Amino acid sequence: MGNLLEHMGIERDRVHFSWISSAEATKFVDVVKEISEKVRALGPNKKLVKDYN
Amino acid sequence: MDTYINKIRELSLKLLKKKEVVKVIGFTKGTLPMATSPIAISLEQDVEKLIFNSTCGLNLANYIRNHKGKIAVIAKGCDSRNIITHIVENQIPREQLHIIGVPCKGMIDKTKVASLFDDDIIEFSEDNDTLLLKSSSKEERLNKQDYLRENCKLCMHKNPVIYDDLVGDLVDEQTLDTPYPDVEQIENMDADTKWQHFDKLTKNCIRCYACRNACPICYCPTCFVDESGPQWVGKGQDKTDVNTFHFLRAFHCAGRCTDCGACVEACPMDINVRDFTRKLNKDSFELFEWEAGLDLTKRPPLDAYSPNDPNDFIK
Ligand code: SF4
Ligand code: SF4
Repeated sequence: MGNLLEHMGIERDRVHFSWISSAEATKFVDVVKEISEKVRALGPNKKLVKDYN
Repeated sequence: MDTYINKIRELSLKLLKKKEVVKVIGFTKGTLPMATSPIAISLEQDVEKLIFNSTCGLNLANYIRNHKGKIAVIAKGCDSRNIITHIVENQIPREQLHIIGVPCKGMIDKTKVASLFDDDIIEFSEDNDTLLLKSSSKEERLNKQDYLRENCKLCMHKNPVIYDDLVGDLVDEQTLDTPYPDVEQIENMDADTKWQHFDKLTKNCIRCYACRNACPICYCPTCFVDESGPQWVGKGQDKTDVNTFHFLRAFHCAGRCTDCGACVEACPMDINVRDFTRKLNKDSFELFEWEAGLDLTKRPPLDAYSPNDPNDFIK
């Protein structure tokens, strides 16, 4: 799915897949940090966004 | 082609006469030149309606579901692969089918042919590799090989994979060093160019769903685009909704699509819907060494778990 999104031009770093157990609080924090950093670096997404106006 | 047609009629007549099948699903003449449409015949005198030529680009595997009794179906290479997918996905038991295999010599790109004429084509015929076309203003003799559909040019399974009868000798199969040149071309673009490419591709889509309806693997009783509770995707012409439809439909076809080209064949707006599905075909091939519809004993890769499945995308 990530591959097809990337193929359509949605940057790879916007889509993340992770498996985190409810007991893995630190892993959750690490993953969320990493995702936020990568997405912040890309800036706001303008593709595949529905404009309701 | 005439030898194919004669053999198709002969075999169909025999099957109907002996009551081995209740119906034969094949192609018949369409209402326009260069058009054929699927037909189901059950009367012996109707076998004359069956034809086969280079314009039989739809996929007959799409019409084999929900019949009572044994049926016969005419199958090119790609149709036969979708028949296998149907059997594997429990849409029809093998015993209910008599497969009349057609070693395929490729189907033509009708849009490309029509683009040579300013006016309507009023006559189409073919003689081996020569296509003969006539409009009110001119006549053209074309070499069929120059007018093959893009998917047929790249096809590596022209012979039926599964069959009970054959209507002619098996044809030579090609092997390609780069089987997915079109996908690679898009892969080499940067993210914004890719996006522009797909935006432009679907710009004229009118959401008629002809592509989905022609697709043999799009057989869900209610397609996600038609569902209203929940409504997964907006129903209008909003371009995000249009792209979401195409993206998700393609993903539902992942590892199941045989690149038969029926979607493109059916599209009234000449949209190359294959640009979506081909990427997944390439991924299936590279990540799972998988091509759909070649093996009755294996389920599609996204439908089965294997400890060897690539999982480096999960962190
Ligand atoms: S994809 Fe292959 S089998 Fe199917 S119509 Fe084209 S050449 Fe024939
Ligand atoms: S057949 Fe063509 S116009 Fe119709 S929904 Fe599919 S891509 Fe859009």
